[in-house]
Amino acid sequence: MDIQSIHPLVIFFAAITTNNILLTNFLGMCSFLAVSKDLKSSLGLGVAVIFVSTFTAPLNWLVYHKLLVPYGLEYLQYIAFIIVIAAFVQIIEMIIERVSTLLYLTLGIFLPLITVNCAIFGCVLFLVIRQYTFMQSIAYGLGAGTGWALAITALAGIRTRMEKKSKVIAELEGPGIALIITGIMAMAFIGFSGIVKIN
Amino acid sequence: MSPIITAIVVISALTGGLTILLLIAEFFFANYGEVTVDVNAGDKTLKVKGGANLLSTLASQKLFLPSGCGGRGSCGTCKCRVLDGGGPLLPTETPYLNDEERKTSVRLACQVKVKNDIKIQVPEELLSIKEFETVIEKITDFTHDIKGIRFRLPEGETIKFRAGQFANLFSKPYDEVREETSRAYSISSAPKDNRAIELIVRYVPNGMVTTYVFKHLKEGDKAKLIGPFGDFFLRDTDREIVCIAGGSGLAPIRSIILDMIDRGISNRKATFFFGAVTKKDLYYVEEFKEIEKNHPWFRFVPALSRDDSDHPHAKGLITDVVASNYSDLKNMEAYLCGSPGMIDACEKVLTSKGMPKAQIFYDKFS
Repeated sequence: MDIQSIHPLVIFFAAITTNNILLTNFLGMCSFLAVSKDLKSSLGLGVAVIFVSTFTAPLNWLVYHKLLVPYGLEYLQYIAFIIVIAAFVQIIEMIIERVSTLLYLTLGIFLPLITVNCAIFGCVLFLVIRQYTFMQSIAYGLGAGTGWALAITALAGIRTRMEKKSKVIAELEGPGIALIITGIMAMAFIGFSGIVKIN
Repeated sequence: MSPIITAIVVISALTGGLTILLLIAEFFFANYGEVTVDVNAGDKTLKVKGGANLLSTLASQKLFLPSGCGGRGSCGTCKCRVLDGGGPLLPTETPYLNDEERKTSVRLACQVKVKNDIKIQVPEELLSIKEFETVIEKITDFTHDIKGIRFRLPEGETIKFRAGQFANLFSKPYDEVREETSRAYSISSAPKDNRAIELIVRYVPNGMVTTYVFKHLKEGDKAKLIGPFGDFFLRDTDREIVCIAGGSGLAPIRSIILDMIDRGISNRKATFFFGAVTKKDLYYVEEFKEIEKNHPWFRFVPALSRDDSDHPHAKGLITDVVASNYSDLKNMEAYLCGSPGMIDACEKVLTSKGMPKAQIFYDKFS
């Protein structure tokens, strides 16, 4: 099937489930492991990632197809994408600071770190490699962000519950057990593969 | 067009466009417009530009809250009550506030952002804190590493302070130091002498402001001072006073003694123990001896810890000299000023002689 003929909605759901950027591509792991200790911060960071990826995906699509390709500058895509993402994170930072100082302080260093979050960058590179259309790239950006947010909130929920109820052996406490849980979650997500499939 | 030039032009256009976008975003989101800060229920109403933290906003309006760390949220001294418009208590503030303070809406001014109209309450005396653009009237070399500096206030201005308080002296950029820096120094002159401020500065190797004072400051130069600050001052009681100081810690004690003379307090006995290493570290000896001669309630005891030459002063560590002078200190009050090590040692001696901790006041130079 021609990739460009896939309905954007399909791409959106695939990006959340079968092609979850975190659980199938293992991108954006650093902040995923560090912030998932607390549900509230996870949700905040998740929303920030959704916002950034949704806007940077089509924006970078425009930059790539309307600016870099016509001038034969595809080799500059990495620099261009990073600049666009960095500028957008700055704007998000301003908005969050204005709307909620508490969320701003909770996110702390992780907000600027979204700039170098590989999930965002990976999402942009995928839509270029997979040759998505503009509409598809919006759906993919939104889906990839939502998938990432879903994964981090799910892990945060599990971790907070586990902290209260389960006894984890000392050697596996923290990132160790989080990685194991992530692996199990990834396997569970394979169960979605019968529903939608994109490549 | 060569590919290199194309690449440069395209990337520049992209960054330029994003910069414009950022500027627009800043205009909409980081611009809080003009807001009103109400100080002490209408005592002062400040119209300010929103967006900055409360501490720097107030400083820009010449209202100075004490701050040790310069607004980094690490000292907890810039506390003030925010009655309305301060937003929720932030996790960066909680370590510095006790339950009582949280209930009475005390906040750290450096963490509270001024985004809308805000009502605050600050101690009354903070409103008398001012910035002075002074002229250096006189610099005196007291010892090899201690200088006394007299700053003349601008025409028509006076300073109101309590003897024992301190002021912040600002250094101008010099050598490799590119920024204006400030450090706190105790005022050594009497409050009655309100047209000038005298500070005593001890040289700290590589100290940003002391290096400026010792290497660059000359008589006739201009210097910026902000003050007065601090809660080290003579309490209104009838108790006998024990003052202990070392090095430049003499400054606030001198101010307190001169103030007692000016205010005619003669019903309280006062003894000033001044600790130094050798004879060449002593200064203001003649002045204090003169005060001792004219005022029977005052006694001056300089003590030298490491000077085997022939001198009329007490010998030994200041703590030992103080200890040997008293047997029971229960009904006396102590004022200590100097290095943290000296103050801790003195506090130990004083409490061992029966002085309650609540009667010991100090200003630690650290």
